[in-house]
Parts: sequence; C-alpha cells; structure tokens
Amino acid sequence: MFESTVLSVQNLVLNIGENRLIDDISFEIKPAEIFALVGESGSGKSLTSLAIMRLLPEVITVDSGNIVLHQQNLFELPEYQMQKVRGKQVAMIFQEPMTSLNPVMKVGDQVAEVLKLHLGLRNSTARDKVVSLFEEVGIPQAEERYDWYPHQLSGGQKQRVMIAMALACEPELLIADEPTTALDVTIQAQVLELLKSIRDKRGLSILFITHDMGVVYEMADTVAVMKQGKIIEQAEKQKFFNEASHPYTQKLLQDAVPKQILKPQLDSTKLLELNDLKVHFPIKKGLFQRTVGMVKAVDGVSLIIEKGQTLALVGESGSGKSTIGQAILKLVNTTDGKVSYANPDSEAINLTDLSERQMKPLRKKIQVIFQDPFSALNPRMTVSEIIREGMVSLKVGSQNRQDQDNRIDELLNQVGLEVDFKHRYPHEFSGGQRQRIGIARALAVEPELIICDEPTSALDVTVRAQVLELLESLQKQYQLSYLFITHDLSIIPAIAHKVAVMQNGKVVEQGTVEQIMHNPQHKYTQKLLSSAPELIRKVMFA
Amino acid sequence: MFAYIIRRLLFAVPILIGVNVITFALFFMVNTPDDMARAQLGAKQTTPAMIQAWKEGRGYDKPLFYNQNSSGLNQISDTLFVQESLKLFSFDFGQSDSGRQISSDIYERMWPSLAIALPTFIIGLVTNIALALLIVLFRGSTLDRVTMGVAVAIMSISGLFYIIAGQVLFSKTWHWVPISGYAEGIDGLKFLILPVFIGVFAGIGAGIRWYRSIFLEEINKDYVRTARAKGLSEIKVLFGHVLQNGLLPILTGVVVVIPTLFMGSLIMESFFGIPGLGSYTIDAIQSQDFGIVKAMVFLGSVLYIIGLILTDISYTYFDPRVKLS
Amino acid sequence: MMPTFLWTDIMIWSLFALIIVGIRQIASDAQKRKQWRKVFKSKTAMISVIILLFYFAIALVDSIHFKVEPSAENTTNKELISVLDMGLEHLILSVERTYSAPFALNEYSSSVVYDQSGNVQQVYLPLKNVATHINMDQSLVAYDVLTQTGWAFLIALIVMSFLILIHGYFRFKEIALRQSSSKVEGLPWSVAYITLFILIFIGTWFYLLSFDYHVLGTNKVGEDVLYQSLKSIRTGVLIGGLTTIVMLPLALVLGISAGYFKGWIDDVIQYLYTTLNSIPGVLLIAAAVLVMQSIMSTHADWFGSTEERADMRLLFLILILGMTSWTGLCRLLRAETLKISQIEYVTAAKAFGLNPFTIIRRHIMPNLVHLILIALVLDFSGLVLAEAVLSYVGVGVDPTMPSWGNMINQARLEMAREPMVWWSLLSAFIFMFVLVLAANLFADRVQWVLNPRSEK
Repeated sequence: MFESTVLSVQNLVLNIGENRLIDDISFEIKPAEIFALVGESGSGKSLTSLAIMRLLPEVITVDSGNIVLHQQNLFELPEYQMQKVRGKQVAMIFQEPMTSLNPVMKVGDQVAEVLKLHLGLRNSTARDKVVSLFEEVGIPQAEERYDWYPHQLSGGQKQRVMIAMALACEPELLIADEPTTALDVTIQAQVLELLKSIRDKRGLSILFITHDMGVVYEMADTVAVMKQGKIIEQAEKQKFFNEASHPYTQKLLQDAVPKQILKPQLDSTKLLELNDLKVHFPIKKGLFQRTVGMVKAVDGVSLIIEKGQTLALVGESGSGKSTIGQAILKLVNTTDGKVSYANPDSEAINLTDLSERQMKPLRKKIQVIFQDPFSALNPRMTVSEIIREGMVSLKVGSQNRQDQDNRIDELLNQVGLEVDFKHRYPHEFSGGQRQRIGIARALAVEPELIICDEPTSALDVTVRAQVLELLESLQKQYQLSYLFITHDLSIIPAIAHKVAVMQNGKVVEQGTVEQIMHNPQHKYTQKLLSSAPELIRKVMFA
Repeated sequence: MFAYIIRRLLFAVPILIGVNVITFALFFMVNTPDDMARAQLGAKQTTPAMIQAWKEGRGYDKPLFYNQNSSGLNQISDTLFVQESLKLFSFDFGQSDSGRQISSDIYERMWPSLAIALPTFIIGLVTNIALALLIVLFRGSTLDRVTMGVAVAIMSISGLFYIIAGQVLFSKTWHWVPISGYAEGIDGLKFLILPVFIGVFAGIGAGIRWYRSIFLEEINKDYVRTARAKGLSEIKVLFGHVLQNGLLPILTGVVVVIPTLFMGSLIMESFFGIPGLGSYTIDAIQSQDFGIVKAMVFLGSVLYIIGLILTDISYTYFDPRVKLS
Repeated sequence: MMPTFLWTDIMIWSLFALIIVGIRQIASDAQKRKQWRKVFKSKTAMISVIILLFYFAIALVDSIHFKVEPSAENTTNKELISVLDMGLEHLILSVERTYSAPFALNEYSSSVVYDQSGNVQQVYLPLKNVATHINMDQSLVAYDVLTQTGWAFLIALIVMSFLILIHGYFRFKEIALRQSSSKVEGLPWSVAYITLFILIFIGTWFYLLSFDYHVLGTNKVGEDVLYQSLKSIRTGVLIGGLTTIVMLPLALVLGISAGYFKGWIDDVIQYLYTTLNSIPGVLLIAAAVLVMQSIMSTHADWFGSTEERADMRLLFLILILGMTSWTGLCRLLRAETLKISQIEYVTAAKAFGLNPFTIIRRHIMPNLVHLILIALVLDFSGLVLAEAVLSYVGVGVDPTMPSWGNMINQARLEMAREPMVWWSLLSAFIFMFVLVLAANLFADRVQWVLNPRSEK
C-alpha cells in the first residue's frame, strides 16, 4: 500500500500529575513537507516534539494516543529500539546552539559520533563523511573546522553543525524546535534558506516549531496553531494566511505584523545628544597583562534624541547598541566623546564629565527598562517595594509613605495592572506583567528619557503588541523620549520616529523611519531589510 | 602557555612571603625567643645568662625586625625576621629538638607518607567517580535514595571510629592484617592494606555526594539533550559526554590535593605507626618542637601552592575553552 | 551559691537569643514562612531538628554556672557547677575506683587481694555505688532493669500526652482563627510526637537507672561514662555553633566586598584567603594553639579556677578555628556575589543611584542567605567531628574539659587492654554520630528547599 504519510500523531494526550498539558492533538506530515507548529510559550508545541522523540522529562506522562512513523508506532518500541530511531530516522535540532553542543568535544567528532553509532562507520570514513556534510550545510573550510570546538564558532555556524549532525544518517523527519529564534536576522535568513534547500534536495520532511509568524510564512507548507495544549486551527499555508477562521489565529496574525503607520515628524527640541561617543575595552594579554588591543564596542557614535520622540537603535548582536545605553546611564566608562543632556534655562550638561555624586540628581531624568522580565525584578522584593525604591533614592515626589503608596497605585493603574498586585512577589506574574512592573518602576521617578533595551524581545507576540501600545500611550501623555534598542526591524514603524542602524560599533546610517525603511542607502541596512521575513517585508513596503 | 605558567609562578611568590610573615608572627612574635628558652629550660632556674646561651646556640639572639647595632642595610637584614625567612626559603630547616637535621628527616619520611596517601587517593577517586556515575544512572529511584542516605550516614561517622573499629575488627579480632607498623618493599604491602581501605571507605560518603551533584548538574544541560536525541544510550551519554564535562569542576577540587599527599594524614600515620611526615608532625606538635612544626607549615604551603598552579595548568590543558583563548 | 557566667556561657546564650530573633523574623514574613514550612514537611527534617534541639537544650542547661564553696558535702574538686550538674549530682558523687562495664556490679579487671590467711587472690571487687537497693544481688538485676524500664515508659507516656494536649490546644486555636478552611498542608506532627516520645523515654530510662547502675559503665578513673557523654554535649555544640558565628562576619564582609567591588579589593582579598588556605589547616590551628598554650602557661595568674582556665582555652580554640575557617564560605560568597552583580535588577538599582552598601544590603544579601545557612549547618557537623581529631593531636580542648574527643583519646590509649574496654569509645562515638547525622540531614533538607536546582 502506498503510504504517503511520514509521521502521524494521533490523539496525543500528555499529563503532568493531574494536569493536562497536551489535550488530544492530531496531525500528519507528508514526505518532503514542511509542517509548521505555531504557538506562544506554554502552548505545548515543544512538548509535542519531545513526545515524538520520546525525550519527555520523567514527570510528564503520555496518557493516551499514538505516534506512528511509517507504520511503526513509536510508543510501542522498547527503549533500546527507540534509540535506533533517534538520530537515524527522526532527528532534532534545538533552539540554543550555544549550549546544545558538547563544549569539550570537537564539533567534527560530535557529528561523527552519530555516524559511528547508527551506520557503524570507521574513523576515517566517518571523518570524510563529516567533512562533506559540513560542506553541504555551508561551513567554510570544512576540513579544518572538523577539529574546532564549539566556542570557536559563531551562533550561525554552530546551528549549521547541528543541522549537519541531524542530517548525517539521512533521516526522514527533521524536527526543528525554534532553530533560528536565538540568531541574528541576517543569519536567520541564511539558515532558513539552507533548510529549505535541504528539503528540496533530499525530500526531507520537517516539523518546524516556532512562534514567529514571519518564519512560518517563509517556510511552511502546512500550518497548525496550538493554544494551551490544543490544535485550534490547521490549514495549508495560503489558506491559513488568507482565510484564518479562529479568532485566536486572527489575533496572532494581526499582532505578528505591528502596525506600519508612520509617525508624524514634528519639530522638537534636542534632549540628548551623543557626540563622537567612544567606549573601548582593553584586551590584556601576556606575562604582565599589557594592553595589546581594544575591543571597540562603541566607536565614534553621534546621535540626537528629541523630546517626546523615539529613536530606534537597530543592530545585530555585537553591534554595540546595548553599550550605548549603558554609557548614557553611566554604568560603563566612556573612553571619549560627549553625552550632552539638555538643561532647561541653561547650557547642556556633559554627562561624561560628571562624578557619581553629581550624576545622582540627574538620574531621575534618565531611566531604563530591560529585556529579560525574569531578571529585571528582585525576586525577594514585593512589587510596591520595587516601585518605591527609586522614589526614595532619588527623592522624587513626596517622601511621605502614604503619599507614595497612592502614587504606586496610580502607576499600577497606568500600566494596566491591579492595585492589590503591590503586595505580591514577581514570581507570581507573567512575563508581560513583569515588564509592566518594570515600566512602572521607571515611570515612578518621572523621567524624561527612557532607555528601552530590547524590552519586547523576550515576550510573546500578543503581549509584545500590548507593551508597545502602553509605551506609545505613555509617550503621548508625558512627552517621554525613548531610546529604543532592538534587533527586530518589524516593530520600528510602530514605535519610532527616527532610526539609527549600527554595525561594529559605528552608526552606518540614520534618518527618519520612512527614509530608512523605504530608501536605505547603506549596504548593511539594505541587507538587514532584505533579511526580514517575507511576511514583514510585504507589509512594510506596501 | 609558557607565559601563563611564569605568571602563575610569580603569583606564588607574594603568597609564600605572606605565609612566611604569618609563620614568623606565630612562632617568634607572640612567643618570643626568650619565652621559648624559658619553656625549654624550665621556668624556675633560668638565669639570663642561660637564656642568652640558648638563644645564641640557635641564632635567635638577634632582634626581631630592626637591628640598631649594625649599620646601613644590615640594620634590616641582620635581624631575626630576615635571617629566619632566608633560611626557610632556602629550605634550610635547621635542627629538631632532638638534634637531627630536619631536612633529611623530611626527605626520609615523605616516602612512607606517599605509600599510604597515593593509593588511597587514586583508589578513592576511581571508586567515588564510578559509584557516583552509577547512582546518577539510577537517579530518582529507591536505590538512589537509599544510597544517599547511607552516604550521609557514612560521612557522619568520625574518621577515628573507622580507624579504631577497623583495627579492632580486622586486626585484633580476625587477624587478617597487622594492626600497625611499616616495612619497605613487597613485605610492606600488608601494612598498607588496612589504612588504605579505611581511608577509601571513610571518604566514600562525602565523595559520592560531591561527584553526584557535579554529574547531576551536567546531566540537566542542553548538550546532554542533544546527545540523547542522537540516539545514544543513557550509559554512553554518561560516560561519553557527562563524565568529560564533569571532570572540569572535579579537577579544581582534586588536583590541588595531589602535592599535599606528601604531607601524609596525621591521624592515619599515628594510629598505624607509619613513619611518615604525618606522624612526624603530630609528634612535633605533642612535644612542642617548634622547629619541625615551622618547617612543616612552610612545606605544606609550598606544596599547596604547587597544587594551585598545577590545577590552573591542568585546566588550560583539559578545557578547550581555556586552551584556545 | 552565686551565679557565674563563663565567657562561653555568655556566647551560647547570645547564640540562643540570635536564633530566637531569626525565628521571629521568619515568622513575620509570609514568603519565608512558606519556605520553612516546606523544610519541615519532610519527616527526616522534623526528626533531625528535634534531636538537634534536644542536644542544644542540654548544652544550654549546662551553661548556667554557680560558684560552689568547698565544703564537707562537696567532695568533688569542682568550683563551678552548672544546672545540669545539679540534676546529675548523684552521678558526680558516685565515682568508682576504675573501669566497670555497663550495668556491671563488679569492676572490670581483677585486683590483687590478700585474704584472711594471707594468700593472694585475684578478685573482682564490687562497685561502691551500684545496686544498693537490691543488695547487689546479680540475679535480681535483670528484673530490676525491666521494672525500671516500665516505669520510664509510663512516665514518658504521661509527659508526652501532656505535651500533646498543650500543643493540640494551640493548634486548635490557630485553626479556629483561620477563617476559611485554607488548604495549608499540615506538618508531620505525628512523627514529631513519636521522636519526642522516644527521646523522653530514653532520657527518663537513663535517668532512672543512673541512680542504681552505671548505665554506660565507668572510665579509667571511675567516672560515669553517661555523665561524661552528657557533659561533652556542651563542648561539641559550642565548637560547632560558635565557631561559625565567629567566622561569619569575616566571610561575609570579605566575600561580598571581593565580589561586588572587584578591582584591587578583590585582588587583596583573594591574596588573603589564598595565603591563609595554603597553610595546612591542622598545622595552623596547632601552631596557634601551641602559642596560646605558651602564653597561658607564662601568664597563669590571669585565670581563676581550673574550669575557668579550661573555658578560656575553649574560647580561644573557638576563636582560632573561626579565624582559620572563613575562607571556604568567603569564596562561595564571592562567586555568588559576582554572579548576582550582573543581574538586571542590580543594574536597575544602580540606575537609581543607590549607594553600594544599600545595593548590597537590599539586593545581594537576601539572595545569599541560602548559601550562608547551608554553610553554617554543614560546618557545624564538620567542626564537631574536627574537635575529636584535634583533641587526639593534643591541640583540642583542655584535657580536664569533658569532650567526646577527650573521651576517645583517653579510651584509645587503653585499647590494647584485654578484654577491650569498649563502652567509653562507643558512647562517645554514638553521641557524636547522632548529633552530626541530624545536622547533616537537616542541612540537606534546607539546601534542597532553598536552592531547588541542586536536586532535580
């Protein structure tokens, strides 16, 4: 009988103790099909992939259901036979290339290991095969790189090694669990391209797990959406994107592409100006730790942030964008250049010249919100203590405790949280709520400028939209300026007035959003824009 | 790499100087040579002349830090501090109270110490790691819980008990091995069996727990998940991946101990009559022979510092992240 | 009889006060209360804590001293007696000549005795203070012991029931106060009751029988072994508990400073603890103790009674141990502080212009508490075991001060005797083992709760 299904998940139910984690899901993957499983965090998509590989943590049990790979029910296999399936018929690549490879083993050996295990190849044959695999996945100087260790490779290269490892025994199904989420956008584009070409060449089926709709649009043949352990919608790609029926799916699609309405360009006063800012870190080597060179994190950057407006600072990892934020906040020492802050009625103050004591009264004007909501709040302080801290330290507002309590209530309301949250501890809240608390904390001292260091990168797409909306309304209300640091191009039109693009510590291009998005001059900017997923590009340049 | 070693050696110098200062402070400042003489000669009948003679005999008749009687640079160098420090650094330990040369005593006695300490160390290390890996294989099971309970009990029992009980049981009652003593060569092996066995057994409790926690920490990491996804069996994952990575934190704790093996275990040697450095030290402490105690303190420090340097070097050798930076 | 307080007495009562303060702090904070409830939900933790409390209570009772005038009634050589001594007075007074086995009626080894006709006999002399109520009749001993066991059991039952009633009353009040039937999981009180009952039973049993027998035998000079073991508890608890208190401020200040301020401060502190660590531990302690002994002998006039001198020596030993053992915890705190300094909420605090000490106090210290607690409890058991070794080497507590180390040392010297005298050794080891095991098990549980990633 002609069996046209590679993998069939049938009525899968997973439990942890009494609670249901996955509630009766079913889907099928055909040969050479890229099947995208989309969902937000906690939806159960990663668990599904682990269930297929039978790598679930012990506390999670399979209550019922079947997973059939080419007529073989994987749940009926004893463990030692399942080990023959893993890595050979079904292979998996993971999200964090940094930690997914054994740090003390050569990358070549790690790929060879799977060849020796399943195909019984000897050392020299295995080595040759590994080198050819490396070439196939686009790792330059493959012969040499065999002997390298993971820490010597970049994120993108590590992911390519993982892909080579997965492909080594020519599996029929590749499970990719958010393989590009941790990568820069230009690298992401390359890796996605690679996966598609491999699918074309080998007829490989891919189960692609992600939360990023742009990537789905790029890659998928069929899409299924998961929410709280259930598949709520499943369709072929075009039908999915054009005729989604479930309200949750529609909301996901809507939030996936932030609104692209350009903001009006107003004339405004200068608030903060960076003048040829340099932040260099010394590299010390040798017998007496002489400084042999400098890491030029920020190398001559000039920017202007205007009152009530947002400047988006865009760049990939290592571009120096976060360091600029730290330099403005005087959390890191500036090597050269000026950071001029506007002073009403008098001349601008150069922040780099100030001592910490002199800086303290100015700190209430410049605040910060962070990327990781889970480490931004002290787990042992209540919400009200967290918000109160700045008010007390910088002597903002009444120092009377009751007045402060009232103000805290006010702030919580403003960021959309309930007043009785203030006696709770951070671990009781979701990522989005914690980010709001972080915003309330920054607002408490009545700042004029807020450094937003990738505040939405760690959030789900729906939550991201809400937080951006909140930041927008606060800006309007208080005439706040934002330095919005991000690597995500798609949200820029939603929040920014002006954009500066950074690469290797330098600003390569800056201008209004319209100028940069629709008429980029610099090669790097163009590359960034063209690497964005098609879904975003379609809408951005409409 | 070479520069790195040189740098680590240079760091050792201030530490040795620091140890020297502390040793000097302990032995000469709090308890002045006058006091020492009085204690040695007996408090009652000492005349200043006898004290002076005693001090001259040992070269202690110089002032501590500053010698007004000399001139120029000698004012600093012709002092007790400099004199004693130089002696220490050149490993001239002088004579013990019984008149023997301490340096030669040390050289003679370090081999018996090693004869006990080295086998205990190696066998203990291998046993503990093997058992810990096995336990990690069975983690979460009843066997795991029972073993951990037994491990806590083993480490809660005083080492002295193991020695005494061991001697009573294996020597006195069952006559399997001699109760104490030492001999060179093959005949001497029978004297080593009980101390080594007890040494290994007493250390199993704490050892398994420590290694187990290291391996457990590794086994929850991402690269182990990748290894399993490749189809490796749990045993191959443990021995092929977890062990390699677990060795790195193990190195820090283990290598530093190796040079100090020469010092010998004070208790073991004393109970088993092994003529090693450990019993040498204990005897010196009990007879208040400051000369020997001073020498052992300095020697111990030097060996420990060598251990630290060895640890750093082994790290650079075994951890590719350090080797290639 | 005037109350006198030795230095170590003051310290142990201060420790007690500190613990009370700590408990009240925990009780007043909802989050901490929850955590500690979790700790005690474990049966082993509950049992361990009760055992630890028992030991600590004995140590406290032994730490209130009174000056006694030498008089006709006071036939001992003591000048200071504690409240514990008062309760065990019969044991102090019932000194024999030499060794005797547990529950024996005669001495352990035979002595030479001339009988009426001038011939030499090897006879086991009867003990002086034993079984007088049954006229030293060997055949009645078993029955007598059994009867007394029964009494002990009954008394323990009555006392325990009383305690359960009182406790039940408080619990009932507490449940009534809580309005809703909140699903707060109960603590394993039944296990606690059983443990406490067993402890009271054993205690009563020992106490009752101690009037008529030497339950654990006597040592070389005829002292009752049970008495020695009980008195050693104070020494062990003091060394374990107080040393950690002495070393804590050092380790805290230096460790946090090194990790937070980095730079040259870090270099200096690392230099300090590397240097100190290089010196072999036992040798450093031994050297310091030797020096201290030297000082004490040349200035003998500083000290009053024998007990006071022995106590001073204990105090100095604690100080020396504290000064030499801070390096381990210091390293841990430094590493953890380095890690925490990088976390974003510390950056946020810096952006608020908070001064370093406030940041340390508010953001870093609370996140170090679990490390400190675990180190404290683990070090406690290590130190109790170390005391035995130090006494053996000769640099432990004064030989006149009762301690398990001294008991072992003295007994060991007689090990070659045939047949072997085992009860002194075994008693010391068992008392030590129970304390150390309880501490280790408790430490394990605390570590698991406060730092869950250690045991997934």
